[in-house]
This record gives sequence, C-alpha cells and structure tokens, in this order.
Amino acid sequence: MTLEAGQCFNGHIRYPVHPRCPACGGEIETSIDLSDETGEIVTWTESMSTPPGVRSPNPIAIVEFSVDGTAVRAIGQLTTNEVGIGDAVRPAFTDELRDVDATMLREPESQGWDGYRFDPIR
Amino acid sequence: MDRVAIIGASMTRFGQRDEWITSLLAEAGTACLEDATVAPDDIDHVYVSNMASGEFEGQTGIMNALAHDLGLMPAYAQRIDQTSASGGAGAYAAWQSVASGASELTLLVGGEKMTHRSTAEATDVIASITHPVEYKHGLTLPSFAGLTARLYLHQYGAPRESLAKVAVKNHRNGLDNPHAQFRKEVDLETVMESPIVADPLRLYDFCPITDGSAALLFCPESVAQEYTDDYVVVSGIDGATDTHVVHERADPTTMGGVVESSRGAYEMADRTPDEIDVAELHDMFTILEFLQSEDLGFFEKGRGWEAVEEGVTDRDGELPINTSGGLKSKGHPLGASGVAQLYEIYQQLIGDAGPRQVPAEIGLACNVGGFGNCVTTTILEVAG
Repeated sequence: MTLEAGQCFNGHIRYPVHPRCPACGGEIETSIDLSDETGEIVTWTESMSTPPGVRSPNPIAIVEFSVDGTAVRAIGQLTTNEVGIGDAVRPAFTDELRDVDATMLREPESQGWDGYRFDPIR
Repeated sequence: MDRVAIIGASMTRFGQRDEWITSLLAEAGTACLEDATVAPDDIDHVYVSNMASGEFEGQTGIMNALAHDLGLMPAYAQRIDQTSASGGAGAYAAWQSVASGASELTLLVGGEKMTHRSTAEATDVIASITHPVEYKHGLTLPSFAGLTARLYLHQYGAPRESLAKVAVKNHRNGLDNPHAQFRKEVDLETVMESPIVADPLRLYDFCPITDGSAALLFCPESVAQEYTDDYVVVSGIDGATDTHVVHERADPTTMGGVVESSRGAYEMADRTPDEIDVAELHDMFTILEFLQSEDLGFFEKGRGWEAVEEGVTDRDGELPINTSGGLKSKGHPLGASGVAQLYEIYQQLIGDAGPRQVPAEIGLACNVGGFGNCVTTTILEVAG
C-alpha cells in the first residue's frame, strides 16, 4: 500500500500521479511514497450531505507534505473532526473508503476504493 | 471583422418542473425564436448545453430531439457538455459558429432536469466529475466549497457573516425575478442558523437543485437589425481550464480558469474590469462570488468580501452583481445556468429587466464548471 506521488524530470511533484506532469508536460520519472510522511492540514471541512455509500458526516482535509523541501498536496478523509488548520497528520490506511455496494454512478471496477485517511498526531 | 450579435433571448421558469428535458428545451427554444421572430428553418446551427441528461433521466441525443421538435432540420446540431459551465461553453461555441462564417443564425438552448432525483443522487451525478482519488473519499462539490471557504476566511480575515451577506443580497435580487426558483427574502440570522452542509458553509450558502432551460439566438452584427432593434453584441468571450484535481492548485482560493478566461475576454473586448457595469457570477456557493469577483479583477485578492459588506455589489451599488438573484436564488439547472446568466445581461443591456433594471451598457457573465475546472467569461455590450 502506498500513497504514491509522481516526480517529473523537472522536479515537480504531484499527487496523484498523472500520465504527464501537469506543471510542465514532462515525463514522470520517480515514484514517491507519502504514506510514511507527516503532513500539515491546509484546510478542512466536514461534509454532512454525502452521496450514496459515503459516511456522514465526512470530515475531509487538504494536506501538504514536504519532500526534500518541495511541497506536495493530497486530499482525503480525516479520522476525526477535531482538527484545525496547521495540525500535523499522518496517513492511516483504510480498506474501503466508501461502500461500493451502494448504488452510485461510477462503475465499481473502474477504480480502487482503498486509501489513506489523515490521522492527527497528538 | 463582423462582430457577433445576440438578437433574441428567453428562459423558462426555474424550479421544480413537471416537464422532462426535451420539453424544457423546446419551451425555451420556441420562446427564443418567437422573441426574435425568426422562422425555425432559418436556423443553421443549434447547440444544446447540458451536463447530464443521460445520467439524470436516461435521455441522450437531446440536440437531435430539439432540432426535430422545433422543426430546425436540417440544421447542424451539437450537444455541449462542460459540466456546470456548459451554458457558457455553448455561448462560446455559438459565437464561434457565427464568427467563423459557418452559420448565419445559431440557436443556443441550455437545460437540465434534476429535481426528480434525491439530493444524494443528484450530488453523486455532479460529483462524478471528480478524479478517482477524490471520488473514493466521497468528495462533493459542496465539500470543495467548504474546504475553500474555511481557507479564505482564515487567509483574509473575513467574517463568516460576509458569506451570508451574499446569500441575503442574491435572495433580495431574486425577489424581483419572475423566473427565479426562490422569490423569498432571507435575513442574516436565517442564513447563519441554517443547518451545516459543509462546515463552515450552511444550507443557505448553497444553490438549490433545479429544473429549467434558457436560450439565446446569435447572428452577425451586420444583419442584426434585419431582425430587431433590441440586440446586443458579444464584444469579448474566452474559455479556460484549471486543474481537474482541486488540491493541486497552488492557492485554492484563486480560480485560474476565471483569471485566464477573463483576461482573454477583456483583451478581445478591449475593456478593463472597471468598465463593467453589471455582472452575473456563478454563485453556486456563496464563496464562489468572492473568488470570482477577485479573479475577474473587480476587487483585490482577499477583499471581495469587503465589497459585499460595503454594498458595492448591491443592485444600487457601484457594481451590481447577480441582479437576477444568481444561481443562489434563481436556481441552477446545470446546463441552463450559463445561458440564463447571459439572458439576464441581455435584459439589462436592452433595458428590459423591469424592477431589476440597473444603468448598464457593458455586462459580464462568468460561468464556472466543476470547482473552477473549466470557465467561460463573456462580455456583452449595447450595440453601436
């Protein structure tokens, strides 16, 4: 299990990995695993009106990691709503972020459903 | 170059409608042709702005349905999907068709039928635009708004009440719009005490789910007077994209698509932001009115909220924003909204906005898809 970001030959790092670097169009050369890194909450919300198969309430954050001084951001569910901007978090693996048996528009086979929630470091 | 004129406009009542998508499109399309007294078989191109008739209703091919239903055949027909910005994108396509000489008379009809779905289902249809890493976490458009609103308030020291004042203003404007879904004033207390949807945003920070349709008719300016004296000119129009994945933006409180599309539209029109008399912005969420008013260059970054607090964007203010009531009060039938924004600017410029009328010779509409993923900015001016 990895929280995989991609680095292009010009040094841009993005999560998720795209076929080409969104910043410069360059080829992605390196895979970087963020799952053992500590990040910082840029902003967060708690969504109360969620689509089928999604927990409610659903606290979510944008988190910024620093990889050798280069900032890279990710988004994902939080393990709690007791957080604030600037709080330190670490990724925590979850088998199923959303109930794929619920009726939803997206084809369940089209993508993965496991991933990382962000857990505050107390 | 011969500029492109808009010689007719219409919109249906927005709200919960019994009709399905093809009937809604036909209602607006017929009214628009009648507004300009144009015969259906004179139409060369017809564009239908729509995000998701297949997903909402199981009805696809709606551009052909409309061409047939209105007797437009053998007109070229195309559906335009740019999610919530489908209407603005349709205007850009219609403008291109006339400006290029491919069409002498282009009908644009935008529409969406949504209210037969539950809120959860409609939210999922709209959230299906998100990247897989967003979708699996249950990201929705309202949750992006909550994330951005919290950051905006934090970065710029804006009070939570300033967002509520956007809702209060736009509901007040919608009171005078006979087409609006909500013709009801709301006060600050009601907004601030409404249920939380995506913290810190509450129910009244969000537009409703809506059925409706709107239409515009385009032709070369050189022949516009053959149809009507009530026409306006598309002086500037441009579209742009920003990242699909929202968190990859360097500053989530800046919408790059708004910045870039407006830059192109201003350049084409040879206008500056301070020359705009009236604007319709994509207030799907109250926070979006702040972001767009800044990214369009009306106000400095981080100070759009002050303009709302000071009444600058009120109907009798220096720069009236969302005189129609905006998406907030008028409603947001996805594919129709960008067309309906231009309907309002058209009405304002030809002096037919009734109690909503403001002094205006130059108007701007900004139509946003996704959470700023794709944007069209259009500038209309009185002819002459």
